[in-house]
Amino acid sequence: MSEALLRLVRHGQEQGCRPYQRYLLDRGQWAALIAAIGEDEAVALLGLWADPAQVHAALMLGETILIASCTVPEGRFAAFSPVQPGAVRFERMIRDLWGHVAEGGIDQRPWLDHGRWPLTGPLAAQPAPNAMPPPQPVFLPVEGQGVHQIPVGPVHAGVIEPGHFRFHVQGEAVVRLEARLGYLHKGHIGLMLGKPALVAARFAARLSGDSTVAHSWAFAQGVEAALGLEPSPRALALRALMAELERLHNHLNDWGFLCNDAAFAWLHARAGALREAVLRAAATAFGHRLMMDRILPGGVTDDLTPQGAAAILAALDAVEAELPQLDAVYDSHASLADRMIGTGVIAPSLVRRFAAGGVVGRASGRAFDARHRPGYAPYATLEPRVSTAGDVDARARLRMTEMGDSIRLARGLMAALPPGELALPLPQRAGEGLGLVEGFRGECLHWVALDDGGLLRAAFPRDPSWLHWPLLEAAMEGNILADFPLINKSVNASYSGVDL
Amino acid sequence: MRGWRRLLWPRLAQGLVSPPLTDAPPVPPEELVQALVARLEAASQARLGRSLAIRQVDAGSCNGCELEINAMQSVIYDLERFGLRFVASPRHADVLLVTGPLTRNMREALLHTAECMPEPKWVVAAGDCAVDGGVFKDSYAVEGGIDAVLPVDLLIPGCPPTPTQLLEGMLALLEAQRVG
Repeated sequence: MSEALLRLVRHGQEQGCRPYQRYLLDRGQWAALIAAIGEDEAVALLGLWADPAQVHAALMLGETILIASCTVPEGRFAAFSPVQPGAVRFERMIRDLWGHVAEGGIDQRPWLDHGRWPLTGPLAAQPAPNAMPPPQPVFLPVEGQGVHQIPVGPVHAGVIEPGHFRFHVQGEAVVRLEARLGYLHKGHIGLMLGKPALVAARFAARLSGDSTVAHSWAFAQGVEAALGLEPSPRALALRALMAELERLHNHLNDWGFLCNDAAFAWLHARAGALREAVLRAAATAFGHRLMMDRILPGGVTDDLTPQGAAAILAALDAVEAELPQLDAVYDSHASLADRMIGTGVIAPSLVRRFAAGGVVGRASGRAFDARHRPGYAPYATLEPRVSTAGDVDARARLRMTEMGDSIRLARGLMAALPPGELALPLPQRAGEGLGLVEGFRGECLHWVALDDGGLLRAAFPRDPSWLHWPLLEAAMEGNILADFPLINKSVNASYSGVDL
Repeated sequence: MRGWRRLLWPRLAQGLVSPPLTDAPPVPPEELVQALVARLEAASQARLGRSLAIRQVDAGSCNGCELEINAMQSVIYDLERFGLRFVASPRHADVLLVTGPLTRNMREALLHTAECMPEPKWVVAAGDCAVDGGVFKDSYAVEGGIDAVLPVDLLIPGCPPTPTQLLEGMLALLEAQRVG
């Protein structure tokens, strides 16, 4: 079946995107593609976005990644959401930003546009002024005896990002959770357009601060693919080193906070102390605790000094020495097991349908890790870690396992740093590229199109959280309200990353 | 590794004899303290003493600032030894710690939060974005820095500010109350 689908897409006109081709389909072919996807469970929708003239769908069919596009005459295109539920929020976002309507889309409510911008369709060819008062948000209805609503947010009790959660509960049990996001919409894409790649990189680095390395790398990968530029082996190795440090400090953070949300403060305190050691080592080595703006299209900004390498090795030693002890404590306390095991289960079938990557996908049996497939330099052989339980416990344990892997990878990279230029100059020419880099949450996807002057003509940064947020809603169903912080943390989707 | 090392209680007992993990406190710059002193009313000292309750609001940040604010609460920085603590409700807070460029979509929520706080109150804008909108200041979706809608008492620049810089700022607020 997938073969037929691939043939279908490849009938379109090639648009020259690298390394994954983009095909422009006519409306008939686009409709046929949607029909074919409806009958093929193996197709993963990685992202759906637009520009003023076209909509674009990034698809993964088995080992193949490609982009299918279609023009939008009169601002309309056939919706993906009837066959791919993961498309719903993308379609709502496309309407809010570019004004294109998904015909037949199963949810036409606004998403990012809360009615508070001075204009509508800010990225459309001709945005319209907005003079309407902000509308009241509409939530999906729930019927049943004794069902009541609990509104939470956008301002939460802890130090976290803003978002509104509408719970429908029956007694203690959550019947439905619906998230309303968009509060952090900063107009990322609009700010990137028309800028040179090196300037736009600052926005990629600030899409989601905790994934600054992964997003910077994915953006750089997209730009380099567009320009046919190959960074030096040294630059790639240094990028991977930063990416593994980022994975390590975030996994430590998430794992610690998960234990904290189950009221086990000591594990949180220890994980926090270890994470701080990693951040300080990163600051010593790369001059910034989160390693922000250290990866630019063409290469990296800093080389690894002997002092930096020593700091990183010392931090890795400290973390590696303590992880087994923390794991043993986690394992031997029934109070933790009681909260973690069987809580917030995400079914493998849902993870497949929504193409969820990262820990969320792998903890529910989807063996996808962009470092392994499609794979990119300098990662050679890497088998994704997979678990099948799909509960909070599985996601916590997977993070623990992956921390060990990151430490080993980081050591390996430092032991054999290849020679090479830190950064290559960017040629000034047109091109189109797609970058895909595995961050701590999952794969970060950046599509970039440059014009003849080397300025960004179009772009879309897709955080992995786009594919996680709907699953958080599914994970809450039937769980008790008091477990929401725990389940939310176990998924840890980015708000800023999807609010754009 | 011996079995007992893997248990929780021996590790906790070790903490009784080992030195603390917590860093020595940073000293806030004198000029910052003096500048803040001038802004604090005498009445506030009697009411607050050496303690501040902080409510944090992310008004548009990329979450980098939140990472460092959370780090400030870790055992390494141990915010609470200074009488500084984060509270869940603005109704319990003396300080509103705001991050991010102020997005148009967060304006109303931020103003509601500020209105819920009892007087006297202080607003701290943390991070380059909160100071003046940072790299996002030219966007249709952004109002600018936090001072676009709220009077700001203290700016803590940085992208993101480090936990030490954040702590210095908060300590300056405390010092200003003591001195002023």
